[in-house]
Amino acid sequence: MRKPSRARRIATRALLYTVLVVVTIVTLYPIVQIFGISLRPADQLYSTSLRIVPEDATLEAYRQVIFEKDFFTWLRNSALVAITTAILGVTLASTAGYAFSRFRFKGKKQGLVVILLTQMFPATMLLLPLYVLMNRIGLVDTLLGIIIAYTATTLPFCIWTMKGYYDTIPRDLEEAAVIDGTTQLGAFLRVTLPLSAPALVITGLFSFMAGWSEFIVARVIINKQGLYTLPLGLESLSSTFQTEWANYAAGSVIVCIPVVVLFLLLSRFLISGLTLGGVTGRRDRFPTYRRDDISVRLQTFPA
Amino acid sequence: MRSKRLIWLFLLPSGLIIACVVFYPFLYNIWISTTNMNLYHIRDYSFQGLRNFREIFGEPDLYYYFGKTVIWTGVNLFFHLFLGISIAMLLNGRVRGRGVFRALLILPWAMPQYISALTWKGMFNYQYGSVNLILRKLGFAGFEWFSNEFWAFLAPIITNIWLGFPFIMVVTLGGLQSIPRDLYEAADIDGASWWQKFRHITLPMLRPVLAPAIVLGTIWTFNNLNVIWLVTERGLPADKSHILVTYVYKAAFTYYRYGYAAAFSIFIFLILLAFVLVYMRQTRTLEQAY
Repeated sequence: MRKPSRARRIATRALLYTVLVVVTIVTLYPIVQIFGISLRPADQLYSTSLRIVPEDATLEAYRQVIFEKDFFTWLRNSALVAITTAILGVTLASTAGYAFSRFRFKGKKQGLVVILLTQMFPATMLLLPLYVLMNRIGLVDTLLGIIIAYTATTLPFCIWTMKGYYDTIPRDLEEAAVIDGTTQLGAFLRVTLPLSAPALVITGLFSFMAGWSEFIVARVIINKQGLYTLPLGLESLSSTFQTEWANYAAGSVIVCIPVVVLFLLLSRFLISGLTLGGVTGRRDRFPTYRRDDISVRLQTFPA
Repeated sequence: MRSKRLIWLFLLPSGLIIACVVFYPFLYNIWISTTNMNLYHIRDYSFQGLRNFREIFGEPDLYYYFGKTVIWTGVNLFFHLFLGISIAMLLNGRVRGRGVFRALLILPWAMPQYISALTWKGMFNYQYGSVNLILRKLGFAGFEWFSNEFWAFLAPIITNIWLGFPFIMVVTLGGLQSIPRDLYEAADIDGASWWQKFRHITLPMLRPVLAPAIVLGTIWTFNNLNVIWLVTERGLPADKSHILVTYVYKAAFTYYRYGYAAAFSIFIFLILLAFVLVYMRQTRTLEQAY
């Protein structure tokens, strides 16, 4: 084994941090920029200054967006849509993913292929027919309509994520629980589900983001101003982009805050939860769980 | 509960929703593609066989847009992988403040795509956009980003590289953590170089994690409507910046050529399907997922 000299080690470290810091600055720049624009007073909307915080920075744009537009309506609609989509997404993906991970049944392979296929449909292929369908059953101009659309379109990815994660959890744990007297459903609910927390969190996060950030489907299905979600509301600001540049930026910052906070809080789950079905038999993740542990678990949650 | 019943209980709700909201529209789209549905025939459209498909192949710009789509997907994927993997490897070592870097570098993924795209569009503005302002500070003239075919295509590519590398970075970080340390220790004892370790341990061990991520990345990039549409403001200059998806979106929702757009969507889907099938066969992605 060669040992690099001390000077060389320090130089490598310095280079490493320089690269990381530069990459991080470049990555954050656009985000910081939109924040800077949101602070601009009306007379500086077109400015060639590169200052992040403008001279005479003001929160006026935030005040305008929140109090002079229908911001609270948009916020309420978006929150309702995103939270419902997240709950539906987690419930449906955790169960369907489990079936794909644990059971053998006819059409399983085809089912997985179909799930992948849905990801390949260009948006235009579904939009128009979806509109016609929703129109026929009276779901146009309802929040339920977009909730269903969002759930269905994010579900395939979520099912895949859940299946991939379940695959990394050894089956012995469930078998042990079944031997100890619980049903397959009980084993799923009390053993596998709690162990899948990272993947559940990720699934919830993605479904929530789909509901919070989606724009194109909402544009087609929602026309009533009172049902606008945040993206539609923001777009209505940007259509008068010339005059409302700062308002638009302020609105964007507000819309980003919840998802960014969620992402930061959950980023550690992101790395362990997103195995994408690639890592099979990774048993080392649960080295300490033996049958005895599971029995203990079951005793604390009597069937 | 018997497991037969459990399978039904677990699969049926998801299956129903996907069938109604994804597969029914898919089939309906096939029907529309054989009709003359458009602005003049919204309700009184009629069957006309494969005419829309013939029209697609008569499209003079078809190969141009197809070429752009391939370049768009290839360049994006290359940089997503290059940046994603290198940054993940930098962060996987003993780095102070690793959690902070990691969290900050994920942020492009957290932002709603339409907001990022519109922000970048503003940054590429000739006069007031910060990209040109910075270039001028460095002594360059700055580019008229959206009046030249090349630059107008580069702008959304830069935007999308920025948007997409965190996904690969996160997936790679997960993969790196699952590689047992002793493999590297053994290689060290054998006197392996950094490159040899990367080539013979890291890459092969990452493959099962990266292969599905690459499939998804290809699909998402190939069909990415938001970024090109919003950054180039519907294909500036003069519809030169389209990829296939944005072109068909314009046909459908700007020119109301529904039948034609439906046929074109199927065409795009089939190209992508062919790509992905070949890739998956070669890397045996699906076998690993069972």
